[in-house]
Amino acid sequence: MKTYLQEETAMPTATATAPRLTAARPPTTASRPTPEQLESFGRELDAIRARVVADLGVRDTEYIERIIRVQRGLEVAGRGLLFLSFLPPAWIAGTTALSLSKILDNMEIGHNVMHGQYDWTGDPRLSGKSFEWDTACPAEQWRHSHNYMHHTYTNIVGKDRDIGYGILRMSEEEPWRPYYLGNPLYAALLAAFFQYGVALHDLETERIATGEMSIAEKRPMLRDIWRKVRGQTLKDYVLFPLLSGPSLPFVIAGNATANLTRNLWAFTIIFCGHFPEGTHEFTEEEAENETRGEWYHRQLLGSANLTGGKLFHILAGNLSHQIEHHLFPDLPAHRYAEISLEVREICERYEIAYNTGPLHTQFGSVVRKIVRLSLPPQRSLGGLLGDGLRGLARNPLGAVGRKIIGPALSLLPGRGDSKPQTAPTVVRTRPRELPVAA
Amino acid sequence: MPPPAAPPRGLARRVLHSSLLEALAYPHGVDRYVELVRPLLLRREVRAEVTAVRRQTPKSVTLTLRPNENWRGMRAGQYVGVSVQIDGVWHTRPYSPASSQHDPEGTLKLTISTHPEGRVSRHLREHARPGMIVGLTQAQGEFTLPDPRPERVLLISGGSAITPAIAILRTLCDEGFAGEIGFLNYARSPELALYGPELQELAARHEGLRIARGFTRKGRGAPAKSLTGRFSREHLRAVIDESAPAATFVSGPPALIEAVRALWLQDGLPEPAVETFTPLAPRFASDDPASAKSAEGTVSFTASGRATPNSGLPLLEQAEDAGLTPEHGCRMGICNTCATRKTAGAVRNLSTGAISGTGEERIRICVSVPLGDVALDL
Repeated sequence: MKTYLQEETAMPTATATAPRLTAARPPTTASRPTPEQLESFGRELDAIRARVVADLGVRDTEYIERIIRVQRGLEVAGRGLLFLSFLPPAWIAGTTALSLSKILDNMEIGHNVMHGQYDWTGDPRLSGKSFEWDTACPAEQWRHSHNYMHHTYTNIVGKDRDIGYGILRMSEEEPWRPYYLGNPLYAALLAAFFQYGVALHDLETERIATGEMSIAEKRPMLRDIWRKVRGQTLKDYVLFPLLSGPSLPFVIAGNATANLTRNLWAFTIIFCGHFPEGTHEFTEEEAENETRGEWYHRQLLGSANLTGGKLFHILAGNLSHQIEHHLFPDLPAHRYAEISLEVREICERYEIAYNTGPLHTQFGSVVRKIVRLSLPPQRSLGGLLGDGLRGLARNPLGAVGRKIIGPALSLLPGRGDSKPQTAPTVVRTRPRELPVAA
Repeated sequence: MPPPAAPPRGLARRVLHSSLLEALAYPHGVDRYVELVRPLLLRREVRAEVTAVRRQTPKSVTLTLRPNENWRGMRAGQYVGVSVQIDGVWHTRPYSPASSQHDPEGTLKLTISTHPEGRVSRHLREHARPGMIVGLTQAQGEFTLPDPRPERVLLISGGSAITPAIAILRTLCDEGFAGEIGFLNYARSPELALYGPELQELAARHEGLRIARGFTRKGRGAPAKSLTGRFSREHLRAVIDESAPAATFVSGPPALIEAVRALWLQDGLPEPAVETFTPLAPRFASDDPASAKSAEGTVSFTASGRATPNSGLPLLEQAEDAGLTPEHGCRMGICNTCATRKTAGAVRNLSTGAISGTGEERIRICVSVPLGDVALDL
């Protein structure tokens, strides 16, 4: 993790003012529906939402209460079995149960409850504002980085930090640097340690690295992360292993495996939600003064679904219905399957692409993108040379390079990105309503 | 459903409260696991099991509740918030138990009158059964007997607001109160009158107790000696000697309270203790003189960066008027859903009258009126 923090010092912040690359960028405007069409498109989606909201009731609470009972049962059973984990079958069964428990806790319960999907129940245990989950990331920070930043500024390069998590190059909009040759490696590391990647997500470490923010400003956040990580570590790697006596090493291995399984699974599902080929990224300009219909349109173009059976959807926290989730983030996720039929039908009528496919093709597409974007875009030799020299000027030669080589670079073809860019100011507010014009 | 036995004491509770168990149950907490098996055996939250259900009249239901060990007890005349889940949604309503605070079994008796609009009361009337678990808040309210007890007590109540009066009466009787007690109660008609047999029994046992019942609707079937019409001086004379002072407790609909207040004012007597019952969870009136007085300063909502001049309304309403949608529930300081971090300023709690410090604390914004500048984490 430390390496990427240092590497990021040199990472330019992509903003709306960054010149747009045309290569490989899916057209977002070519077949764009007219404003009138988007308005009526938005109204049709609003109607779905209104109908589901009016229908919320026992069916939804019974569903989530059942899932919670199953998760708590799996957790108790898994941890119980791991006490006997010197017996291999008990280790396998216990680790499996605990993995499933963590997956359910994080995805179908935690992620969805924290969106406020069950706030209407008035049940303090299902309150989006106070729910805490079984992972390293403090819920409060997740609510900001995910519910607010990611869901509001979905796929806007420079604002939605889910694009590459500040580590990966996941968009053509992100200028290539030699650092990104490690894209596949960083992705593998992020997948393996996903819970910690998520925990550091809201810190905006790259803004600390660029000096925009001081580490002191982030101290309260760091303290909360430390507390959460300490609680999680104490439970998984100290207390349960110690209590299990002779099974100690097996319990540590079982808990680590459960955490790893959940990490890999969550990474896979989440990356399939926005990065398969065909999903769009946007600039801040494109998202300015959006109407409600345009907001829906952007959410739709930026998301991709996964097909699968009922159990698959539950384990994916119904994020396999990423499109419906981004249209209606605060509707109970178990409703997305039935909503998706209508959304698809509406999309067909408006000729809006609806990106969906089985896990292996969608994830394959994500992997290809990670690999492809690790390499520089194919451009003129002069441009490449300029970029390469600029990279040199920024990094290895330090101040001398910047002073001497930097000015000379403006004569070369390519992109002039030597001008310091200010990152967008992020106003920290609680997510409550969709920030769209009515 | 769990067996209707009392929650285990001793070892089970010690284990439950151990910090080791809490660390193992991190981050959800022990209660979130235990409640799935034993809904009453909780570390922190108050819950109660319904142990008996009686339907005294066609429009009421009387529940006997046994709270779990987190219940801190109550004084006669106080109320509790009762939470039930209806169609997937939790609702909390305030009810005044009618049981003596010296109830040997430690149970609470709630008599709940139904209203056509009252979701919770109708739900309980139709669905309450022994074994049902309900959520409970700790007891609240200042409609209670002073210590030491006064020499003479006058209890005036109307409709379902008879319950706090019955609680006070039962408590006094349990304490062997030797003084005079006047008990005047109004109901619409004899068939809607609550606690008839209990009152007769208490009257037989206590010499100083005089009971009169009034029926506001004329009709047949009214027992002899009953009063008709609304509260008046004549009705009062049926239960107490007017010439000597008595500590007075009035519970009932606003009209009854106003009628008593007017008579007391006319006679130059000190304000009686009052408890207003309205059919649905009431919102505090915006013309409350206490809140109008404090309407100065600015209310800042720090997380959203908004600010509004203090209008003297409860902070929840001021936040809503400023375009925010804070989480809330009962809107009368019971359910704690709207608890919000106050970062600066003092507030007056409308349900207790207490004035807070100016430091950081969580307050229930639905019953907190700002006294000058206040900042909330909203």
